[in-house]
Amino acid sequence: MTAPLLEARGLTKWYGDRLGCRDVSFDIREGEVLAIVGESGSGKSTLLSLLSGQLAPSAGTVAYRMRDGSIRDLVSLSEAERRFLFRTDWGFVHQDAAKGLRMGVSAGGNVGERLMAVGARHYGDIRAKAEDWLERVEIDIARIDEKPTAYSGGMRQRLQIARNLVTAPRLVFMDEPTGGLDVSVQARLLDLLKRLVADMGLAVIVVTHDLAVARLLSDRIMVMRRGRVIEAGLTDRVLDDPREAYTQLLVSSILQP
Amino acid sequence: MSKIDPILRVEDVAKRFVMHLRGGLTIPVVERVAFEVFAGECVVLGGPSGAGKSSLLKMVWGNYGVDRGRIAVATDREVVDVAAAEPRDILALRRSTMGYVSQFLRVVPRVATLDVVMEPALAQGLDRDTAQAKAEALLDRLNVPERLWSLPPATFSGGEQQRVNIARGLIADVRLLLLDEPTASLDAANRAAVVELIEAKKAAGTALLGIFHDTDVRERVATRIVDVTGFAAGRAAA
Repeated sequence: MTAPLLEARGLTKWYGDRLGCRDVSFDIREGEVLAIVGESGSGKSTLLSLLSGQLAPSAGTVAYRMRDGSIRDLVSLSEAERRFLFRTDWGFVHQDAAKGLRMGVSAGGNVGERLMAVGARHYGDIRAKAEDWLERVEIDIARIDEKPTAYSGGMRQRLQIARNLVTAPRLVFMDEPTGGLDVSVQARLLDLLKRLVADMGLAVIVVTHDLAVARLLSDRIMVMRRGRVIEAGLTDRVLDDPREAYTQLLVSSILQP
Repeated sequence: MSKIDPILRVEDVAKRFVMHLRGGLTIPVVERVAFEVFAGECVVLGGPSGAGKSSLLKMVWGNYGVDRGRIAVATDREVVDVAAAEPRDILALRRSTMGYVSQFLRVVPRVATLDVVMEPALAQGLDRDTAQAKAEALLDRLNVPERLWSLPPATFSGGEQQRVNIARGLIADVRLLLLDEPTASLDAANRAAVVELIEAKKAAGTALLGIFHDTDVRERVATRIVDVTGFAAGRAAA
């Protein structure tokens, strides 16, 4: 069997004497969706930054299987290599679409820019691919030349997804991808994400405090508290039969409609 | 693997819930559970409500954890112990070997009925046309009107949702099928349709484990009845 796409071992981060996260280990393969849940301050965002090489760990490793099959520790990558991964093999969907988009550039330009970064030069091809992706994320192509500032929150988020997926990445990080959106808009986005993830066989690591989002999107869950993973397992097992006190508290705190 | 090995073998399984938010209150569910299900038979879990029948099905499905024992499911290549398997292996088992008809359909917003039903067959690698033909035949057999097929089941009646759920549960060819009161909210005609579909699965060699409160249905489909009250937690060993 081939090695996992990404494998974290003993990941620990201290900010001075304050703990970010401690001794986190897991692996993920193509086609798997892992949700990291917990309240704010639990270490979710620190972990995401460590996993995507944006933050150096105090201890531990993140092994990544590159497209050529070689296994590299993210810590040992040069800045240029890491940026190349971000442009080609990884996606990063931010909660705030303005962080993941260029707000002064047209929607088509936002998608096309990622393609040009991986070497696409032919304008007609780039435009056609951008149109194709806008359709896949259900944005009317009549609005391709508008800037994201003219888009609603849900449309911006869908545009951000198109921009991330156009280069056919293998691993996508998502940080509260539906946070701040209306419930009906959330449902549409989740359904879209679920379909794209399945069609493209993506590996996804999604950070969320919303257990309903985790249930709908993920196969596995890691529950974090005070920087540690306190419970992990199959998503429906963790949510329907939570073992740890804190997980039981999280699950029982959901408002049932 | 010899022909007489069971598809499902449950050995010495125990389960309790510990409610940490209620001062560690412990609710025993079952203990010393042991039974087997062979290909081509329908084993019905019997006993009053609250005896742990649904919980047992959920343990076999991997939806509930267990505190001890083994839940061995034979795939066409190996035996997987659900009680100890990694999440990834349980997911693979659910795709390849197990099906589960729950009491309620968990609807995903915006997904059409036909797609809801086809999904398990597609996940097994069946091509789209064949999967769609199978889904249509099942929905038709279960009297779900064709005009509903392209709509998401969220707004359907309880009985219609349950029939969509049954079609979804029966579409894939699996070795082990778990049925949690599939006929609960159905009328006589649809109950009869479900009984026939279950008989067809038995004849095809599927191992079935189910809960049926309806006496009439139970008597028609059951090969054997396993009384869950025998596994009540806290009983002194006989």
